[in-house]
Amino acid sequence: MLVQLASMRDAYAEVLLELGEEDSRVVVVGADTSVSIKTSLFGDRYPDRFFNVGIAEANMMGIAAGLALTGKIPFVTTYAAFVPGKCLDQIRNAIAYPNLNVKIVSSHGGLTVGPDGASHQTIEDVAAMRAVPRMHVIVPADAPSTRSLVAQACRTLGPFYIRLSRPSVPTIYSASKDVEIGKAKILKEGSDVGIVACGIMVNEAMEAAEALSKIGVSAEIVDSHTVKPLDSETIIRVAKKTGALVTAEEQNIIGGLGGAVAEAVTESYPVPVSRIGVRDTFGESGEHKELMAKYGLTSKEITRAAKHLVDSR
Amino acid sequence: MEEQSIPIGMLLQKAAKIRAHILEMVAEAKSGHPGGSLSAVEILVSLFFYKMRHDPKRPDWPDRDRFVLSKGHAAPVLFSTLAEAGYLPTSELKTLRKINSRLQGHPDHRVPGVEFPGGSLGIGLSAAIGMALAGKVDKKDYRVYALLGDGEMDEGETWEAAMAAPKFKLDNLTAIIDRNGIQQDGLTEQIMPMEPVGYKWKAFNWHVLEVDGFDFRQVIDALEKAENMRNRPTVIIAHTVKGKGVSFMEWDPAYHGKAPDKDTVRKLVKTMLEE
Ligand SMILES: Cc1ncc(C[n+]2csc(CCOP(=O)(O)OP(=O)(O)O)c2C)c(N)n1
Ligand SMILES: [Mg+2]
Repeated sequence: MLVQLASMRDAYAEVLLELGEEDSRVVVVGADTSVSIKTSLFGDRYPDRFFNVGIAEANMMGIAAGLALTGKIPFVTTYAAFVPGKCLDQIRNAIAYPNLNVKIVSSHGGLTVGPDGASHQTIEDVAAMRAVPRMHVIVPADAPSTRSLVAQACRTLGPFYIRLSRPSVPTIYSASKDVEIGKAKILKEGSDVGIVACGIMVNEAMEAAEALSKIGVSAEIVDSHTVKPLDSETIIRVAKKTGALVTAEEQNIIGGLGGAVAEAVTESYPVPVSRIGVRDTFGESGEHKELMAKYGLTSKEITRAAKHLVDSR
Repeated sequence: MEEQSIPIGMLLQKAAKIRAHILEMVAEAKSGHPGGSLSAVEILVSLFFYKMRHDPKRPDWPDRDRFVLSKGHAAPVLFSTLAEAGYLPTSELKTLRKINSRLQGHPDHRVPGVEFPGGSLGIGLSAAIGMALAGKVDKKDYRVYALLGDGEMDEGETWEAAMAAPKFKLDNLTAIIDRNGIQQDGLTEQIMPMEPVGYKWKAFNWHVLEVDGFDFRQVIDALEKAENMRNRPTVIIAHTVKGKGVSFMEWDPAYHGKAPDKDTVRKLVKTMLEE
């Protein structure tokens, strides 16, 4: 089977150019990583609306707040290792508290940034951003949905955190299939177990569904790209239908999508939830596939967890 | 006491070997940061093979001088210097950035001799201040050295630290700026103008020295002056060239974080070690 790979940051850089054309309020702020993340393309096209503040993430967030306070729509971008890490206070107090229209898009999230090692592998950003009131948290699964979700975020008032991963990933959404902020997407119907994933783990979940169907387990696959506000309605519906959930994300299992899903079902329809993610440990240098295998971020792990839930019913 | 003469020949040899290691390890890893590693070679050689009191057999010796690589992406220069000094086998260098290796993309405590995990820029000088403060509290005479990138000076924390060290009269602390003029997106003076660098540190009450960062005599002389200074921390602004020693890398921002291929490196290393 031919799998089409595409890069999320390329999709992001492209859609930024379109948004810049469409709306002159769109401005981009970077922190000495703009060539690598390709937001420098926006700077080439719109030099007056592009600000590189150097290696100064806290300052970058504060500047974005000021831009938003005067009617601009700032897209703030650097590596996820440093946003929100270096500037959680600015995000909280200068952006979320006054409910500003700042779009934080971080790239190279999770372990799959690869050989740079643990200092650059952010696995706590989704949890941290979820815990900030008013913040929307989006983790797209592929390039086309990145495009669509970034464009929607631009048109939706309020602070957003959108987290992208570095490797090129298999394309899941054809351009025609819709993704909508706040609505979890059922990618495959199933009855025995629900697999709720986000980011690059959506593709792993799809592969797990295939493996499960071979052993007679029917899995429903949900892309919960919007981690906050979580589409609990859809999640509860899947919980009622399947009676067991697996979550999968490229994050610490604490506080991210797994946490959000567990919280949602515990409050209104408790079912067993098995969380796939980084098991509260720092990563290390390695190629992204090697790291996914070593730290259990694979379709195999999802399959094993799903089978275990079904077997222990 | 008789002035010790500087063994320039040995230092030059170490520098050549370390440059070769840096190129070989990033080529083998197919990623990493050669530019800012090559610019800092003479600085690390001056410290580890002349100035610093340290013992590779006792990396946790409480009285050792400490070296903090705040610009942690220059891990290749630190690992190869530590290897040449005897902290780890040089044969291990080729495992840089590979899975299950101790040699991470950015240094951490798995490797003996590494004092602090740099990687997130801006955090090293603060940690060096903490080590220097502890030395004062414990009445120890060890010295603390921190190497910062010039782009790294963009970080606000650098200047928070710059304010704190003179307040505490940390004459046991020496900061060194690798002034290679380039950060990740391009030239420092275009991305975030930093001049006049010396005046900034002077205004923060540091003892400021400027040297040619490739001239062992100048670097070592400055390190001695820093040690003789009382009641004030010293910053040495070392003027360097990013990618030093490899003509096509010098002054090219692209080689901040790009590895040359193995064939090219084989030829480069051959000429380097012959010279
Ligand atoms: C807080 C933080 N932001 C961004 C980065 C990504 N990054 C790694 S190296 C680098 C440029 C560093 O330039 P400089 O300090 O001049 O280092 P050198 O030229 O000595 O390599 C950047 C932006 C980082 N490591 N840490
Ligand atoms: Mg530099």
